[in-house]
Amino acid sequence: MSPRVSPREPAADLPAAIAPNAAQVSVVAVGHVDHGKSTLIGRLLHDSGNLPEGKVQELRAAAERRNVPFEWSFVLDALQRERDQAITIDTTRIWLRLDDREVVMIDAPGHEEFLRNMVTGASDADAALLVVDALEGVGEQTRRHALLLELIGVRHVVVAINKMDRVSYARERYAQIAAELSGILARIGIAPLAFVPVAALEGANVVARAASMPWYDGPTIARALAELEPLERGGPGELRMAVQGVLRRGLERIVVGKVESGTLEAGREIALSPGARRARIKTLEVWPPADKEQAVAGESIGFTLDAPAFVERGDIISDPGGAPEAVTRFRARLLWLGREPLLEGERLSLRVGTKLARVEVERFERIVDLATLELAAVSAVKRNDVVEVVLRAMETLALDPVTRHGALGRFILIRGLDVVAGGTVLETLATSTDLVPAGHLVSRTLREARNGHRGAVIWLTGLPGSGKSTIAMHLERRLFERDIAAYVLDGDNVRAGLGRDLSFSAADRRENIRRLGEVAALFADAGLVTIAAAISPHRSGRDGARAAAGGAFHEIYVKADVAVCEARDPKGHYAKARAGQLIGFTGVDAEYEPPIDPELVLDTATLTVEEAVERAFGYVVEAVRLERPFGADDFSI
Amino acid sequence: MPLEDLDKLEARSIAILREAYFRISPLCMLWSMGKDSTALLWLVRKAFFGSVPFPVVLLDTGMELPEVYAFRDELTRDWNLTLQNEDCPSEDTLDQTLPPATRAAARKTAGLRALVERGAYRGVIAGIRRDEQATRAKERVFSPRALDGSWDVVRQPPELWDVYHTDIPDGAHLRIHPLLHWTELDIWRYTEREGIPIVPLYLARDGMRYRSLGEKNITAPIVSNAASIAEIIAELAATHAPERAGRLMDNETEDAFERLRTGGYM
Repeated sequence: MSPRVSPREPAADLPAAIAPNAAQVSVVAVGHVDHGKSTLIGRLLHDSGNLPEGKVQELRAAAERRNVPFEWSFVLDALQRERDQAITIDTTRIWLRLDDREVVMIDAPGHEEFLRNMVTGASDADAALLVVDALEGVGEQTRRHALLLELIGVRHVVVAINKMDRVSYARERYAQIAAELSGILARIGIAPLAFVPVAALEGANVVARAASMPWYDGPTIARALAELEPLERGGPGELRMAVQGVLRRGLERIVVGKVESGTLEAGREIALSPGARRARIKTLEVWPPADKEQAVAGESIGFTLDAPAFVERGDIISDPGGAPEAVTRFRARLLWLGREPLLEGERLSLRVGTKLARVEVERFERIVDLATLELAAVSAVKRNDVVEVVLRAMETLALDPVTRHGALGRFILIRGLDVVAGGTVLETLATSTDLVPAGHLVSRTLREARNGHRGAVIWLTGLPGSGKSTIAMHLERRLFERDIAAYVLDGDNVRAGLGRDLSFSAADRRENIRRLGEVAALFADAGLVTIAAAISPHRSGRDGARAAAGGAFHEIYVKADVAVCEARDPKGHYAKARAGQLIGFTGVDAEYEPPIDPELVLDTATLTVEEAVERAFGYVVEAVRLERPFGADDFSI
Repeated sequence: MPLEDLDKLEARSIAILREAYFRISPLCMLWSMGKDSTALLWLVRKAFFGSVPFPVVLLDTGMELPEVYAFRDELTRDWNLTLQNEDCPSEDTLDQTLPPATRAAARKTAGLRALVERGAYRGVIAGIRRDEQATRAKERVFSPRALDGSWDVVRQPPELWDVYHTDIPDGAHLRIHPLLHWTELDIWRYTEREGIPIVPLYLARDGMRYRSLGEKNITAPIVSNAASIAEIIAELAATHAPERAGRLMDNETEDAFERLRTGGYM
């Protein structure tokens, strides 16, 4: 406990001398406008001997020149316009020394209009000093600021019950406010460290103990602040690191980012999310070069991988056993800062970790009523409201609820060019009600630009022996030579693996075609020109494949009548069918439904193989050509 | 083993520099050869494994002390920097209502504006600190500047946690402040620990040294016997005098430095 010293004298036990290795602690000062924050900080600076020599005299002289009474808040209000308005319009920071503790006071405005500055200040703070006017008591701003401290993640709070001189230093009034505020803070989830009765104007219980309040034996403001500890953000626990990007050094690729929690070791296996892709760290990289075996929470680090892997900005690195959840929907609490109200169904940009994504406001859930701090039904969301909403992302995100990992459970929302909200992830949600397919991080357009051509499904249909497989294989070769990535999915070949569980019953044949169609569509989406060669006798089956491939489906009818095909009979199937050894053979005892309006017909009764292949090749090259060359803009992230 | 305070400061600055690099292009960094921007340059080399992947700009008024120019040439060579020496416009082209020393400093503002315009820079990295000066204390890490380079201190965007916002209109730019959370003492302790070179004028000779290094026409040395960084650290621990007391333009009139900064000064 500080020894008693007279007011206005720097305290003897608070030397200006700096012990260089004491941990610094940042304290944000918050509270209702006009409850005296700036006065308290000005007084604290002066009484603790932290003001530069002559500062107070200088400010007194300046006030005299302006013909206004001197106020302690002038110490902080360095900006001209602040003095004119007598309110603090933006956060400012003041460094001071309290015992062996270096304290950064972040002075945040109480005025509602500048709430964004208060949360900005709180974002950097380890703890908070909440100032309440003893005469006026707890105000709406007091409740709002307490609520926002919780949202931002500041849990250590010292309460100054100020202006005790205005309530005759009454212990009862102090106890009443302390009790009320205890209840409010407990409901929010904050356990205050101290309630200090203060008369900032006269320096009572700021640094010096106040003779006017002998009933109080707790710490002074200076003592309470000096005993604060820095907030350990992240720290031990599960590994989390958001990838900032990949740097090249010669042929090496160095992945860089900051370890948010846990540790990262050379040689360790990691997962990259979303997708929980596995990779193994080869080396940790620092400069100047050094052998480094481990990086701990808080460190900015680089690493190389032991094998090439797809890593990009926004990925989350974790232990393979403890990856963040991959979700598209989540429930969030927001502080809305936008000038215009938030709308249900509105689309905004979201930044979380190093990831930028688009989200949609699926629905409003509840709003915090600042009079009662209860959750209430919400109809409109205006500036400075605190609301709970369900957000739906346009792609899969790796997220943690804020209670699990602070760093990756906190985000901002952007509308146009403006930051319009800060928020926390309360809970991740299943995608069940609205199925949103997992979004690729590489768009189809980007893939096509890289490949130099579109992906497509070229579907060859026709009777057995019409020449589908022969044309398909030659076509694949021709496309390959033309630098077009092509691959044949032959009906018979696919049956050997993907359709291994299927018989030749009518139902299983339909299932076989369905699978072929789905796989071909995925290959096409992956950028390949996928040549599917299958009898596919039913229009419904081919239509299903067309639907699966979206607009990238091209049906080629390889036309030859039964007589021609039977004369060729390359696999001897017609002979077996005629002999009754194959039942349900298309063209013999099962029907073939020719296409009604195919993209291309190849009449193999009249065309040679070479002619048919050239026609197919000419068609495909045109069909997969990109309409325009892609410029650099298409690759910007 | 948990990180020490200097390690935490360093890690945060490196993360900010990498965010700037991966998000903003084109980018440049202001280097005055002072202790802060030289320490920052060291951090850039740490962030990018020895290289400095953007131009380093000196806003040159021709009024730096000779030792400062010598230091520039030495480090440019040794650290393989891409130096852009930007000559600032003369004083008579500037707002004549500014007091004389402030007007001299405003030459840098004009030089910076010309540089940003010509290079179409979207990001300018600067080594300012919050503890240096009251208006700098209100800065954001990623601080947007209007088309004319001016700073709208009243309408600054929120900056939450370390989720930085970098979206700005065409033609505007961001000032990036990776040292904002450092103090003067932190800089000296870090400079000593890392062995970062400094301009010798910071060390006392004949009982005088420069605590803050500016142009020769508007900067004054202080009385000091601190002849090593360790002695500077000891000296700072005992002083109440503000760091920029020797910078004439800060102190000419009450609002001189604020006028400089809202106009676009660093």
